Amino acid sequence: MIDLQGYGPRLIEGAGVTIQLAVLSLILAIILGLLTASAKMSRNWLAHRLATLYTTLIRGVPDLVLMMLFFFGGQIGVNMITDWIYYSFDIDIFININAFVAGVVTIGLIFGAYMGETFRGAFMAVDNGQIEAGKAYGMSDGLVFRRVRFPQMMRHALPGLSNNWMVLLKTTALVSVIGLSDMVRVASEASKATREPFTFMIIVALIYLLIASVSEWIFARLQKRYNIGYGEAD
Amino acid sequence: MTAFMTWLENQLAENSIFTLQTLSYYGDGLTTTVQLVFLSLVIGLIAAVPLAIGRGSKHAWIKWPIFAYTYVFRGTPLLIQLYLIYYGVVFVDGIQESWLWVILEEPFVPALIAFTLNTAAYTTEIFRGAIKSTSKGEIEAARAYGMSPQQTMRRIIIPSAFRRALPAYGNEVIFMLHASAIASVVTIMDLTGAARFVYARFYAPFDAFLFVAAIYLCLTFTILYLFRYLEKKLLAHLQPQNS
Repeated sequence: MIDLQGYGPRLIEGAGVTIQLAVLSLILAIILGLLTASAKMSRNWLAHRLATLYTTLIRGVPDLVLMMLFFFGGQIGVNMITDWIYYSFDIDIFININAFVAGVVTIGLIFGAYMGETFRGAFMAVDNGQIEAGKAYGMSDGLVFRRVRFPQMMRHALPGLSNNWMVLLKTTALVSVIGLSDMVRVASEASKATREPFTFMIIVALIYLLIASVSEWIFARLQKRYNIGYGEAD
Repeated sequence: MTAFMTWLENQLAENSIFTLQTLSYYGDGLTTTVQLVFLSLVIGLIAAVPLAIGRGSKHAWIKWPIFAYTYVFRGTPLLIQLYLIYYGVVFVDGIQESWLWVILEEPFVPALIAFTLNTAAYTTEIFRGAIKSTSKGEIEAARAYGMSPQQTMRRIIIPSAFRRALPAYGNEVIFMLHASAIASVVTIMDLTGAARFVYARFYAPFDAFLFVAAIYLCLTFTILYLFRYLEKKLLAHLQPQNS
């Protein structure tokens, strides 16, 4: 049963790739999202404009097109830069863009734009008085963020975060198109070789549903944790 | 028109990638993308109305199958659904001898089926949420007027729920436009398919993909403004009044 005409172990490996890819791009997306949200709220005119341009452009173009642009164009772009460095400074560097890196960067960049909106709303939901009070206690900016702002904004950010995670998880399926051996890629190869598309595709669909259900449960726990001190709405 | 074509030809004379030939690939791709997205949205929308009403039914045998359908189609990637239908139909016994094969042989139809099923699932949940959030007072008022449950649904709940679902549905339309890029994976020459072809032919990823990204961006903004306009018209009663 687990063997699946020899494709079982590869399918499990593929599932591992999918999860790694999803988690790494989530981390990148959260970092980019926090940066974007801060830029959008800052008084700096340029930072604000740049962040708006970033979110508008990313959200207006399909994920697959961006992924191909970064994957196919990324290597040429990097080569141009390394060539320039070689000719100008005589330093020889070779950077190879593989499908995994291209996938993480693209998915992280795409969802950074969505996370930016989520975090902006959450930042604004924390009362300014709270931050002022933290500063009045003599906390540094970092400490205010860690102790006051972050725990309170998470309560507002979690629903959006969980939503974005679910969409991100499904977007990882696209990396199979640029040649990364995630579980979708393994399943489509196996379908063509064994002529049994239903078996493999349904198994992969079930794995996606399983990951989604497990993360739903984790997010519910987190929500409960960050809701401490607030009554349940309704 | 001919004057325009000669002008365009002169403009493009210096350009080795964007000739009239390649631009016509993008043009055909645009037509395919718009057809695919428009058809799946319309069919999905029509299917979603009864599904959303059924989703709130008191009968378990209506409610749960619809819930299972939306859960599965919203919980798995569209690419998997497309593969299942695209590769799946080929292996149904005897299908290659039947008349259905004439239509199913083209990748357009399996893609249309996958997209329609996907958008219908999302739209069902959007409408379901809107129907559920109808204020109790409106329903009670309809009952007090002596309307039957069917009449209440038709005259009161659905019109007001549709208006409230509009912003979320606008997002779904844009999502569908972006998701349609996946069609290029099963050899359909949509916009993304055209870009991949131009990329492969000239090995010019930036030209090919940035150009197609710009077209998608224009389409996205058109849809966005269309829905803004609709919202302004249909949700005028919910806007804060200018004093």
